[in-house]
Amino acid sequence: MNLYKYSSPVNFYPLAGRLIPWFAIPAALLFAAGIFVGFFVAPADYQQGEAYRIIFIHVPAAWLGMFLYVLMAVYAGIGWAFNARLSSMMASSISVTGAMFTFLSLVTGAFWGKPTWGTWWVWDARMTSTLILMFLYIGFISLQSSIEDPRRADRAGAVLAIVGVINIPIIYFSVQWWNTLHQGATIRLLQKPTIHGSMLYALLIMLAACWLYSVAVVLIRVRCIILEREQNAARFAEATI
Amino acid sequence: MKRRHKRIAFILVGLSGIAIAAYLVASAFRNNLVFFFSPTQVVAREAPINRTFRVGGLVQDGTLKRDPDGLTVRFVVTDTAANVPVVYKGILPDLFKEGRGCVAQGRIDAQGVFHAEQVLAKHDENYMPPEAGQAIDKAKYAREAAKTVVGN
Repeated sequence: MNLYKYSSPVNFYPLAGRLIPWFAIPAALLFAAGIFVGFFVAPADYQQGEAYRIIFIHVPAAWLGMFLYVLMAVYAGIGWAFNARLSSMMASSISVTGAMFTFLSLVTGAFWGKPTWGTWWVWDARMTSTLILMFLYIGFISLQSSIEDPRRADRAGAVLAIVGVINIPIIYFSVQWWNTLHQGATIRLLQKPTIHGSMLYALLIMLAACWLYSVAVVLIRVRCIILEREQNAARFAEATI
Repeated sequence: MKRRHKRIAFILVGLSGIAIAAYLVASAFRNNLVFFFSPTQVVAREAPINRTFRVGGLVQDGTLKRDPDGLTVRFVVTDTAANVPVVYKGILPDLFKEGRGCVAQGRIDAQGVFHAEQVLAKHDENYMPPEAGQAIDKAKYAREAAKTVVGN
């Protein structure tokens, strides 16, 4: 089988259609499982009581906001460097989901901050850099939609996306580099997570659900983008003959 | 060099340029991006004297006192090396407790007392059920009790 076949938008379109249910259905099941474990199995926290339960959506949303940005920049960069149309379309498709998750993490963070810290918002390094991430997403989306020619829009978007990647390590390490109101990382690569068992399971189930949801939605959206753009290309080809 | 190679080279050079620029900016901002100063920094007079800043640390055990008016609270913020006495008039967040983290915003007076306009609770990155939290507290008290016994 030739995998390169699927780098062509026209060939990828039916493949994406077949893949969507394989991500969408597990996502729905895992969301239900994660919410059940998060609300009914995981115990209350020793300090924060019930309020901590918002991490089950806040943390996956914040992680995906960051991961999807890197993924978007990689796709945009590949699309720019190798003139791969489908790759650029994937970047445009991811940007909306990434912006949605970043927005969700900011809003749920505010809801969490009020009962625990005593404030909706402060300008500490973690929160400010996450707000910048949100603006980068909005900038990418509005820059692309303000340029008529899709190929030029892809290139302009790629430059912005790649430049913005520098914000991701700043967000991630902000709680280590500077004094912040935001607490440090609970789950780290090489250390034991400082979160109790069933709380951790709920968090990981919700994270998996959010990933699967993202893949499904990105594929649905990229199919729309393929339809939009390739239709134009087909009409253009017809008109020039 | 083909156009594609040029483009890739351009992206790589651009990326490394951005990385260097970001590193320089981050290291320049390093000291200005702190959300709060530690009591050690405040005692060492590294914090600004004549303008508002934040001090963060643990609320020292046994120092939280309420004035008779019922609104004014006094407590000591510590990082175990240095202490800053804080006065605050207002409602404290629910998570504000002795032995837990807090961040206070305000000014320091000539006597070294910090007059807070806003007090925020800072919780840590540990999540566990209440029973586990109590067990840890108990173990801590037991250790301290053992220490006093040995000390006597």
